[in-house]
Amino acid sequence: MSHKVIVPIGPYHPLQEEPEFFKLYVEGERVVDIDIVIGYMHRGIEELSEHKHFDQVTFLVERICGICSNSHPFAYVNAVEDLAKIEVPERALYIRTILAELERLHSHLLWLGLAGHFIGYNTVWMWSWRYREPVLDMFEMIAGNRNHYAMMKIGGVRRDIKDEDVPILKKVLDDLVPAVRMFQGAVMDDPVIKARLKGIGILTKKQALDWCVVGPTARASGINIDVRRDEPYGAYDRVDWNVIIEKDGDIFAKTIVRILEMYESIRIIRQCLDKMPKGQIDADVKDIPPGEGIGRVEAPRGECFHYVRSDGTNRPIRHKIRAPSYMNVASNKIAAVGGTISDAAITLAAVDPCYCCTERLTVIHKDTDKRIMNGWDLIKLSQEKTEKLKKDLGGG
Amino acid sequence: MPIIDEINERLADKIINRYEHSPKRIYISIKPRDLKEATGILFKELKLRFVIASGQDTPAGLEILYHFSFDQTGEIVSLRVLIEDKKKPEIESLAPIFPAAEWIEREIWEMLGINFVGHPNLKRLLLAEEWPEGKFPLRHENEP
Repeated sequence: MSHKVIVPIGPYHPLQEEPEFFKLYVEGERVVDIDIVIGYMHRGIEELSEHKHFDQVTFLVERICGICSNSHPFAYVNAVEDLAKIEVPERALYIRTILAELERLHSHLLWLGLAGHFIGYNTVWMWSWRYREPVLDMFEMIAGNRNHYAMMKIGGVRRDIKDEDVPILKKVLDDLVPAVRMFQGAVMDDPVIKARLKGIGILTKKQALDWCVVGPTARASGINIDVRRDEPYGAYDRVDWNVIIEKDGDIFAKTIVRILEMYESIRIIRQCLDKMPKGQIDADVKDIPPGEGIGRVEAPRGECFHYVRSDGTNRPIRHKIRAPSYMNVASNKIAAVGGTISDAAITLAAVDPCYCCTERLTVIHKDTDKRIMNGWDLIKLSQEKTEKLKKDLGGG
Repeated sequence: MPIIDEINERLADKIINRYEHSPKRIYISIKPRDLKEATGILFKELKLRFVIASGQDTPAGLEILYHFSFDQTGEIVSLRVLIEDKKKPEIESLAPIFPAAEWIEREIWEMLGINFVGHPNLKRLLLAEEWPEGKFPLRHENEP
């Protein structure tokens, strides 16, 4: 007799930046359906934004997310600059780009650590977060804060990068390259990681197109999109870099895309530091005319989209915000179904929604016993699978 | 042929108004009844990517903008529809054409009270269960 069980994962976990609630419908080991419930973090920011003036909104949208706290204000100022047709000083464009790429570095390292933890590689977790620290220190050096940098401003940036900080920044990047190489080797050469990630949680190209996913999730499925190249903002059209594409659409491909993107980020920052011209960092914007504008930014998780409409007053009358996870999380309906429950944690995490909401996991047998599992049980299940694989492969 | 000309040609009989804010930002107004056909052409035939939709309460009615991105050239084409009937606003759902519209239609439904006809799973996405029925946070009549 088949036993249909509902495994609710979520909604809250201290590691998440966006609480989500995944209801997994399971038959034995296999996930047969999934229901995604979001809204736990809905703070009415779009509505709030209509009650703040244009400069305040920059700080408001910074608080949408603690990890992409540069991407949202960046997309927002792009939108307002599109609306009012503002020319941003050259130096400010370079500073914005450097910040955006530093953010990608710290975000990808964060994800890599979590992914390692989920599959039972706690060494990857610790090491990856250890190398994330110097990146955060760079933010502190430039902006004064490790998160919520408050650097964006309509028409420019709020702080300059000091000349004496440039060599320190370069040194950190130099130290990061061997670390990324180490992670690349660890992931690509390890047979156990391969066994855990290859062919798991596949999103085919066709499915990725239908669900309109963005960022590394789309690029791992062979879709050649990247806002940084497709509609260059900041200084991306002034530097040389590559868009990373993989074909398989599985978790392994998503991991590779993120790891290789870190090299590109380092390349972009180095070039920006060398090419950055001297001069103004602020266009000194006075009024925002009536009209509408769209700004987008390639955040670490994909395209971040802001639409702003102004009626000529000092407040936007409509501000639509779409974070990349809005599209990516929905695609879990495809990626997780058909997989096993021990792969669920890593599959749901692979789109990088900062999903780790296993804290309040409960397993309820529909007809028979009720029992409660805590979040660790799911991670343990995943880690045990890795241990077993390690034994089977005769390694350690 | 540039994608903009192609869109103009394919949607010629549906376009009410066209506004080019910049070469990469095109806003096209169409009638609500043409929406499903027009989006079908953009998404299925011209292979534009659906980015998101944004709804707004305006004095003339409820407006929805459907933003599409053409990634080869980085253009954003926004289809604008105006639903004049604020009492019982309705429009056809796009979720049957592409599943990516499922969530945003649920969101617009709960925030602005627009009913999406033919949506497979029209239930709340962001608002809490306890939120009162018939109160729409993004409608301007709620404001003091």
